[in-house]
Amino acid sequence: MNAIRATCVHLDAFRKSVPVFGPMRPEEKNLAQTSHGVGGLSYDAKKRAWPAEFNVFLALIILVGAFELIGRVFLGDSFLFNTRDNVDAIFNEARLQIIILQVSIVGIIAIGVTQVIITGGIDLSSGSIVGATAMIAMSFAQVATVNGNPNPKAMFLAQGWTDLPVIVPLIVAIGCGLLAGLTNGLLIAYTRIPPFIATLGMMVTARGIAKWWSKGQPISFPTDSFAAIGKGLMPVIIFISLAILFQLILSYTKYGKHCYAIGSNEDAARMSGINVKNHKILVYAIAGILASLAAVVLCSKNLTAQAGMGVMYELDAIAMAVIGGVSLSGGRGSIIGTVIGSLIFGVIISGFTFLRLDAYYQEMVKGVIIVGAVVLDQWRQRQRAIGA
Amino acid sequence: MSDIVLKTENLTKRYGGVHALEGADFELRKGEHVAIMGDNGAGKSTFVRQITGVEQRTDGKVWFDGKEVNFAGPIEAREAGIETVFQNLALADDLDVPSNLFLGREKVLFNLGPFSILDRKYMRKATEAALVRTAVKIPNLNNTIRHMSGGQRQCVAIARTATFASKLIIMDEPTAALGVQETAQVENIIRTLKANGEPLILISHNMRQVFDLVDRIVVFRRGKIVANLRKQDTDGNDIVAYITGSKTGEAALAA
Ligand SMILES: Nc1ncnc2c1ncn2[C@@H]1O[C@H](COP(=O)(O)OP(=O)(O)OP(=O)(O)O)[C@@H](O)[C@H]1O
Ligand SMILES: [Mg+2]
Repeated sequence: MNAIRATCVHLDAFRKSVPVFGPMRPEEKNLAQTSHGVGGLSYDAKKRAWPAEFNVFLALIILVGAFELIGRVFLGDSFLFNTRDNVDAIFNEARLQIIILQVSIVGIIAIGVTQVIITGGIDLSSGSIVGATAMIAMSFAQVATVNGNPNPKAMFLAQGWTDLPVIVPLIVAIGCGLLAGLTNGLLIAYTRIPPFIATLGMMVTARGIAKWWSKGQPISFPTDSFAAIGKGLMPVIIFISLAILFQLILSYTKYGKHCYAIGSNEDAARMSGINVKNHKILVYAIAGILASLAAVVLCSKNLTAQAGMGVMYELDAIAMAVIGGVSLSGGRGSIIGTVIGSLIFGVIISGFTFLRLDAYYQEMVKGVIIVGAVVLDQWRQRQRAIGA
Repeated sequence: MSDIVLKTENLTKRYGGVHALEGADFELRKGEHVAIMGDNGAGKSTFVRQITGVEQRTDGKVWFDGKEVNFAGPIEAREAGIETVFQNLALADDLDVPSNLFLGREKVLFNLGPFSILDRKYMRKATEAALVRTAVKIPNLNNTIRHMSGGQRQCVAIARTATFASKLIIMDEPTAALGVQETAQVENIIRTLKANGEPLILISHNMRQVFDLVDRIVVFRRGKIVANLRKQDTDGNDIVAYITGSKTGEAALAA
């Protein structure tokens, strides 16, 4: 303390000896304050911040608890637990399966959207990419004959492109997603169009392609091997595997580190030698591919592809990410968070069905959730700004 | 010529009509620590941005490490051996200390292109070593930069330049916004660099600091170098006179 005071005196004397030296520099102001005994070191930095995922998980548990309580009180039924005597299980397994099954396809999209948002971008095109990819991929997954007659839906019957191995529609699908994602990425990296506008353009264009592909006709009758992709719990398995893969990539690779770096300070990332343009192109390409994989799972599960598939999925995916703690201003979030966010989404929808509320209410509440999540994100931003 | 690390000749930068830097002739020798002083807007940061390739100069030549150089960007300058603490710190707020130290030059375990696996253990160890070497105290390396005080952020930025082998270190107002002890810490880092014979350009408004640390003081005024003085040939009042323009003269440049 004495040493500090000594320096102060020294500096004060110095300031007096120097006639014109502009306003007090900030470090001198600090000095002035410390001389009143505040103390010099500010190493009382907060402990490592509570992981955001934990809060999200807590929210999930509270939500499930709320539905459980409401169910018990008003319906005399359990939301979570098995109440049927003829079934030997603790939990209501059917409901749990539905919860995760109904979110897993949008969840696959949300994995890509999460990465886009972490880098400070946004992707509004994923729902339309699902539509276009479903149509195109399905047309390469057709059987030749249905009930002994030529398949009326097979677009490439004349070319003999029927009963193709499952790898063909899969590669076609990934190609579609890659193309759409690359276009998004190139537009965003090289023209200074905001991601919002670039992907909005892709949203409209890809939906147009989906409708144009078969002139609005649905395409059905996929091969058995294609139909196997979305059978039973396969969507869940695919969703969880992809989630684990990309969580590992985000946590342990250069790509992941650069996602967060670009999202938190793009200029700093550029100054540090990160190729920001290439990285963005890669991120949007990955998001496109994930949307196309979601399309494959979706049309395989439904055994048909329609031009209207995936409408509004982009918003659901963004909502899952934001609910899961991914910050819309970039730099923060994780796939784990998004997965928990998607479960919250699923629980709310299942909960409404469980409470026998109309589907209309579900839509309305979904809107409220999306806006609510963004408001929550904004609030978190402000807290951060105050805390910093 | 052989012991000259950095030399600029007629270095000029105009932003439209603004003459931010006019014909700067500057030299830095091996192991030398030089301070650049001058009022706000005098062109100090502009000078740094031209040398480090952050911007492209309007006119003039730059030699670094014996060769004439035209850096297309800050990365080229860094690869050539110039480490810079920019006035607006180039840190990623949402990353922790090791990630920031190694930002853009991560150590990898397996090279898989963009998906290369990071060697997190190595980077953490190296960060600890760098912080020990520079005597920077950070309570928890896992904290993101966002959760740190201004002084700690500054220390991370400085530790970053001191971590990697370099031929020249440039610090643009490294102690602005720092408290007493943080400032002392940064000054110690600079002394360590001096002891190791690493050349440094220090931009500072702090007269005491400049007189404590460097060998030579260069004063910028309105985009021009108006004084170039060895520390022992001048004093605070003299420098202030040059900064404010109450003293001018070619004589000062003949040092
Ligand atoms: N990108 C730019 N476009 C136009 N003018 C600029 C730009 N950057 C700097 N200037 C101008 O150039 C002059 C020198 O600025 P510079 O940042 O080099 O000042 P400085 O000496 O570093 O000041 P400080 O002590 O405040 O950091 C100022 O008049 C500033 O307004
Ligand atoms: Mg400056």
